[in-house]
Amino acid sequence: MTPAVGGRAVGDVRLLVVDPSTGALDDRRPDDLVSLLTPGDVLVLNDAATLPASLRGVAPDGAPLELRLAGTSAGGFYAVLFGAGDWRQRTEDRPPPPAVPAGTALRLDGGLAARVVGVSPLSPRLVEIAFDRGGAALYAALYAAGRPVQYAYQRAPLALWSVQTAYGARPAAFEMPSAGRPLTWQILLALQARGVSVARLTHAAGLSATGDPALDAALPLPERYAIPPETVARVDAARAADRRVVAVGTTVVRALEGAVAARGRLAAGAGTTDLRIGPGFVPRVVTDLLTGMHVPEESHYAVLRAFVDARLLARATRHAETAGYLSHEFGDLTLVLRRSAAEPGYDAASSSRRRCRKRRTAGSISSPIARSYVSEASVFRPRRARRSARAAQ
Amino acid sequence: MEDLVMSTHPRTALITGGSRGLGRALARTLAAHGTRVVLVARGAADLDAVVAQIRTAGGEAYGIVADVGDKGAIYPIAGEAAALVGEIELLIHDASDLGATPLRLLLDTECEDFARVLEVNLLGPFRLTKALAGPMVLARRGTVVLISSDAAAEAYPRWGAYGVSKAALDHLGRIWAAELEGTGVRFVSVDPGEMDTRTHADAIPDADPATLAAPEDVAGRILDLVTTPGGVASGARVIASAWTPPAGSSARSTCGVSP
Repeated sequence: MTPAVGGRAVGDVRLLVVDPSTGALDDRRPDDLVSLLTPGDVLVLNDAATLPASLRGVAPDGAPLELRLAGTSAGGFYAVLFGAGDWRQRTEDRPPPPAVPAGTALRLDGGLAARVVGVSPLSPRLVEIAFDRGGAALYAALYAAGRPVQYAYQRAPLALWSVQTAYGARPAAFEMPSAGRPLTWQILLALQARGVSVARLTHAAGLSATGDPALDAALPLPERYAIPPETVARVDAARAADRRVVAVGTTVVRALEGAVAARGRLAAGAGTTDLRIGPGFVPRVVTDLLTGMHVPEESHYAVLRAFVDARLLARATRHAETAGYLSHEFGDLTLVLRRSAAEPGYDAASSSRRRCRKRRTAGSISSPIARSYVSEASVFRPRRARRSARAAQ
Repeated sequence: MEDLVMSTHPRTALITGGSRGLGRALARTLAAHGTRVVLVARGAADLDAVVAQIRTAGGEAYGIVADVGDKGAIYPIAGEAAALVGEIELLIHDASDLGATPLRLLLDTECEDFARVLEVNLLGPFRLTKALAGPMVLARRGTVVLISSDAAAEAYPRWGAYGVSKAALDHLGRIWAAELEGTGVRFVSVDPGEMDTRTHADAIPDADPATLAAPEDVAGRILDLVTTPGGVASGARVIASAWTPPAGSSARSTCGVSP
């Protein structure tokens, strides 16, 4: 699929609706969400604002490097390191970073300094770092020296302004939660007026590519999330009424399903999840998914496989390519949307399928991928992490 | 569990122009009542001094050195503020640029000076509100206060750029209020009246300070009108000195407010 170079203007974004209950494909626009969803449904947004997560710096011997923040750890941040160059080279073409064993001091732009706390056995590119300052001083330095993470297919440098959603609040995302980029307030207010609940959570979306195949296979890394009590109440109300819970972005799927996997039920609060979602995973909370246009190499595509069977997804991908849909974070959207019990034409067969699905998921999580749920520290524990990486393939 | 009065008192506030005059007084008053405040100003020295004062007095305050007239500063301001104190519940646009002083006739006003006044007084508040009001709608609560001027309503000679910017700011607030009616997010324009501030001295150097209100008194009154339940409707433009609490409400008197 062709990446959206320069970005689709928000008003020009296209929406491919995939109905897994009928196999129907429908070419629509994001504005059509207002009529596609039904009163009582809940749309869940990731309200993480995007950080300027890319910092330039040098190793002690003066070798240049780029540090991309990828997540928060107990004592600081996870970061992926690159050697010389910048976003203009494809990540897979970037030279490896200089060797930076634990204890190495990195000097970064803006006078910021960081110490390498640990190096992941998965890849020497993945390190845990501690900055030389915290709190207000760290944020001031990050915002002064950092720039948004971006990839080579975009030819012009991105401004921090252009990697935010219309509703982003707390700066927690290391890359833009891009499924929400086309959601204008025109759409969100119209949905609310129609009786569709618009709820939110915060999920610290990490990096989507690192240039290292071993590391890419382990993506997404553990990510933090926070789910407010009112979102739990809205999701519970929608499920109790057999209405949809529509996740905006794979990060929302990961937060909601990760919270359920951790606690056995959806509960408010913060946590870290490294739940990996792919074919065979049975979502227990999310019924429908709005996401970008994804290709089979991406971890996002694996998430789609939890909602759409392989044949239909392959057919949808072929259709999207033929019809000129654009991929990547500034491209078009896919909406996996089942017929709702609230709609005319909803048939008993699909209804019974839904009930079966619910019964099956009422007990413990049975899929091997779901069971690969491991602790945050596992990124730095190679065997378990590698096993979970294999499970996703 | 919060009672009705507590629920209208903001837990967090972002105040532009927070290092001097009315902005500083608003920050100190809010912080004294338990609000975690983030102040934005261009000058680090004045800003650090106010933040230190508030902390010494037991309040929680942070300073962000930035120019609200710079589009590139908006998401750093919004992001840093949310990272430091959590979601912003009260946004006060107090930063203002008078343009060239002594104030001059429109025919003598440089185009660049006029544009700069609009950048700071109008586009800055538009951009920062655009970044912060979306989360407020999702949270179903929030108040945006636009500090206006009587120059927005009266056509004073030599107040051209400033008066136009403030008139447009008032209208920006009204339209925003209309678009977000029913969402729980309020927009209020406040004319603070003439105060003993540096901005006033820059504009009218020969004014008698005895005839000017103290910024602390005006700040207390603005906080009262913003936090009193039913105190002011979204989209309203209020003259601070003329505001009285609605009958039956118990406006918490924050300062010795003089009429």
